[in-house]
Amino acid sequence: MVERIEETGKAHTTENLVEIHSLKKYFNIKKDVTVKSVDDISISIRKGETFGLVGESGSGKSTLGKTVVGLQAPTSGEIIYNGQNVLQLDKETQRNVNKEMQIIFQDPHASLNPRMRVGDIIAEGIDAYKLFKGKDRTNRIYELLAQVGLRPEHAKRFPHEFSGGQRQRIGIARALAVEPKFIVADEPISALDVSIQAQVINLMEELKESEGLTYLFIAHDLGMVKHISDRIGVMYLGKMMELSNSDDMFRNPLHPYTQALLSAIPKANPRAVKRERIVLQGDPPSPTAPPSGCRFRTRCPHAMEICALQEPQWKEVEDEHWVACHLY
Amino acid sequence: MSRLLDVNNLKVNFKTYGGEVKAVRDVSFHVDKGEVVAIVGESGSGKSVTVQTIMGLIPMPPGIIKGGSIKFQGKEILGVSKRELRKVKGSKIGMIFQDPMTSLNPTMIVGKQIAEGVIAHQKLSKKEAKIKAIEMLKLVGIPNAEERYNQYPHEFSGGMRQRAMIAIALACNPELLIADEPTTALDVTIQAQVLELMKDIQKKTDTAIILITHDLGVVAETAQRVIVMYGGMMVESGTVYELFENPRHPYTWGLLNSIPDVEGPEKKKLIPIEGSPPDLFSPPKGCPFAPRCKFAMDICVEEMPGNFEIGEGHLAKCWLNDSRAPKVEQVFAREEEKAIAAGSEK
Amino acid sequence: MVKTANDQLFRPLDPAKQQTDVIERPSLGIWKETFLSVIKNKLAVLGLVLLLAIIFLALLGPAMVPYSASQQSLTNTNQPPSAEHWFGTDDLGRDMWSRTWQGARVSLTIGFVAAFVDLILGVIVGGVSGYMAGRGKLGDRVDNVLMRIVEVLYGIPYLLVVILLMVIMEPGITTIIIALSITGWVGMARIIRGQILQLKSQEYVLAAEKLGTSHPKIITRHLLPNTMGIIIINLTFTIPTAIFAEAFLSFLGLGVQAPFASWGTMTNDALGVILSGQWWRLFFPAFMIAMTMFAFNAFGDGIQDALDPRARK
Ligand SMILES: Nc1ncnc2c1ncn2[C@@H]1O[C@H](COP(=O)(O)OP(=O)(O)OP(=O)(O)O)[C@@H](O)[C@H]1O
Ligand SMILES: Nc1ncnc2c1ncn2[C@@H]1O[C@H](COP(=O)(O)OP(=O)(O)O)[C@@H](O)[C@H]1O
Ligand code: SF4
Ligand code: SF4
Ligand SMILES: [Mg+2]
Ligand SMILES: [Mg+2]
Repeated sequence: MVERIEETGKAHTTENLVEIHSLKKYFNIKKDVTVKSVDDISISIRKGETFGLVGESGSGKSTLGKTVVGLQAPTSGEIIYNGQNVLQLDKETQRNVNKEMQIIFQDPHASLNPRMRVGDIIAEGIDAYKLFKGKDRTNRIYELLAQVGLRPEHAKRFPHEFSGGQRQRIGIARALAVEPKFIVADEPISALDVSIQAQVINLMEELKESEGLTYLFIAHDLGMVKHISDRIGVMYLGKMMELSNSDDMFRNPLHPYTQALLSAIPKANPRAVKRERIVLQGDPPSPTAPPSGCRFRTRCPHAMEICALQEPQWKEVEDEHWVACHLY
Repeated sequence: MSRLLDVNNLKVNFKTYGGEVKAVRDVSFHVDKGEVVAIVGESGSGKSVTVQTIMGLIPMPPGIIKGGSIKFQGKEILGVSKRELRKVKGSKIGMIFQDPMTSLNPTMIVGKQIAEGVIAHQKLSKKEAKIKAIEMLKLVGIPNAEERYNQYPHEFSGGMRQRAMIAIALACNPELLIADEPTTALDVTIQAQVLELMKDIQKKTDTAIILITHDLGVVAETAQRVIVMYGGMMVESGTVYELFENPRHPYTWGLLNSIPDVEGPEKKKLIPIEGSPPDLFSPPKGCPFAPRCKFAMDICVEEMPGNFEIGEGHLAKCWLNDSRAPKVEQVFAREEEKAIAAGSEK
Repeated sequence: MVKTANDQLFRPLDPAKQQTDVIERPSLGIWKETFLSVIKNKLAVLGLVLLLAIIFLALLGPAMVPYSASQQSLTNTNQPPSAEHWFGTDDLGRDMWSRTWQGARVSLTIGFVAAFVDLILGVIVGGVSGYMAGRGKLGDRVDNVLMRIVEVLYGIPYLLVVILLMVIMEPGITTIIIALSITGWVGMARIIRGQILQLKSQEYVLAAEKLGTSHPKIITRHLLPNTMGIIIINLTFTIPTAIFAEAFLSFLGLGVQAPFASWGTMTNDALGVILSGQWWRLFFPAFMIAMTMFAFNAFGDGIQDALDPRARK
């Protein structure tokens, strides 16, 4: 057990539901041009926790999420679910593991088939695994609709008749139908209005309690990530920069990138003491040609000579607080 | 302060094959010189239509201006011909859109697009316009401006495109800058850059800004006054301080209760607004928020609330502010208690 | 400030009256909604009405007059249009009205059958190829083989196929249909492959995959229904193309043979007599070809607008 989790933290007493070891996902977009979307990432997600994943657009969050649930094959690395290596299972077990890991998507418009009725959309997994038939199937659909705060008569409707928040709830019901244990939520609220975001977040928190779920919650809204997550990982250009529990991350961000991210959040309080904001210069570099050494060095206000020469090590600087930066 | 823009009782509909959508129903507000006014509200609440009407950008058909007036520096600009509009408005209003890619011309180098704006509004030679355009690119913080002048929009990143849009809008020294969700499509770190830039420019040039956003944090940090829209109507308006500290409309309360607290150590329970945004197809005859309002009264579904004046320049369109209604503070407090109770039940 | 008369109304609203999340509008399926927007589109409706009229007359036209299409009357040759012979008669005294609609049957049959074959082959090949692409080594190989075949066929002009077919088969309706089908489906296959490739990365397809839905089911439930729009639009182009191709081949004498009439053979027959002033011999079949082309294209354009989701609502 111990050597399996060495990269992700110390040997925890808490049980890990999902472990990712040295995961790499590269895309060949052209001849000789490779995007290292996820480049050697190791994290563990503990049973019952919400693991928040933040980072700029293109940093590889969705790729990580899709690879973990098996929608994309990793270039290399291991994914351990409940102690079993998912990539080396027999068909039967794999199908079961597959069922237990589900995903919720960002775009409430693209994630529901426009030509299917909501009832059939929700029953997708029920039909595929032949869980219920006939009247039981209908009842299960109603039950799921009620669980996400929709009405039975909505089963007959088509997706385009719903608002963004309602659609997102339909997507959640669809994932719940197969009674998953682990859900990757890929920016489930980014496309929603503020008042509706809170609806979906509250729903997800309630379901986590009642269904005993574990989440990998991807977002770029740090406020919501802090609200919902127990631990947070910060990604930049395919690499993990910092990882700690969410209070520590906000109270004491160690990595210069995390510090900039946090200071960029506008505070919803007109009388807030305006502290000096760290405004990062420039744009993220192209993921096809990341900088040598530390990937953040082109925008880092603390960059040193060594940062260009050597990649910083991933180390535990404080208790359960991991960071990859030469400052520490 | 002198009045720059005055919008009164604006009403805009859209004809669709199912009937008429009442996108903006009776919106009135004003913008003074050098001031930042924020418009917040859910998507579909009519924010974009309102500012597009000011810019004369509503496609007609399907759009129909049902009534109202828009005065810019005292002159009516609603319903006047395009040519005349150009004379009145001239170079004085600039606009930034949410998606810079759709508003930049993809087949033309960015520098030319800025220079064209300059030439259209100021009598400058091509050479002078180019110098001015490069100056603008530098002003909005684009490095290697001379080189970037010759690049096409797709060679720019999202944040740089948005900055180029700002440069185009600023090229003609506008007195009013309208920004429709200028940072929604951007990452937080880039959003911070763009907002700093806008604040900076506002300070330097004393340009008034109408900023549409759904991020209350952005509102609190940049605006002096706020307009809250719901279902095509202006439901509350006032200074940022009034709105954040003494909100008088349940929708505003809902918005404020929906955002997580980043600062505090305690986890605050989020109180969302239940239900879904209204269908502007057949708006209810009473208060548009009534179907989702926790404090709705019989009167609310019967009759449209008027604009109650809460304080100087602070208006709220809600019956709770009527002397006959139950005390607002009480109701709001009760709601908080309920929420706390609900939170502790778990 | 408006003062309302009734103070009694300032009491909490009965929560039962306050239903959120209720959808007021009647539920229309996406097809019904499409239908409604097609109906709104004047061009599409005009095309559709014309098409229905042509089909109606093709079915019943010959029965509306007491002359059959092949009935000769040597005393009545080369008559201009009159109350008796609405479209006049030809050099064998056959009734042109009857022949025109008889010809319409042939033309429409060829158009529809050829398009149907295109559709079946195109959907199968394009669908499989698009779905397999990017699915491991085997998937890519299947896609590659199918696309090579398509590419080869795409390069062959159909006229060449017709001429080669004539060597082994009699000219006629079947030959034309086979000739048109051999080359026609590749266009459809390419379009469907492209569409499927695009749809495959849609999030609802990913979700279905994650929920364990089988491959054939993903194709039939998620991918094909969402290519329907493009298929229909494409059909409104392939049908008239086939009709025109038939007319062209018959005109060249490579097509439908006597005693069958088709618009192509009729225009061909008319060529010799047009100089002697018998305008009706050329006018009616040529006009019908033009009208059919127009009807399909108008309908196709209209439906394209109607299926464009950006135009909806
Ligand atoms: N199928 C693919 N083919 C090629 N490149 C890809 C593919 N999927 C992702 N990428 C690339 O991988 C990188 C990471 O993409 P990813 O979608 O994981 O980012 P993200 O962090 O989720 O960003 P966002 O916040 O915008 O969703 C990007 O540079 C992207 O262009
Ligand atoms: N061109 C148009 N045709 C029909 N309806 C429109 C058009 N533009 C906007 N609307 C409708 O007007 C309402 C307000 O839209 P908008 O002002 O864009 O909202 P937002 O507050 O999100 O900016 C919406 O219901 C929208 O569907
Ligand atoms: S390693 Fe160097 S460049 Fe990278 S974050 Fe730390 S100080 Fe900055
Ligand atoms: S008028 Fe009535 S329904 Fe509308 S916001 Fe006020 S209390 Fe709620
Ligand atoms: Mg993503
Ligand atoms: Mg808008």
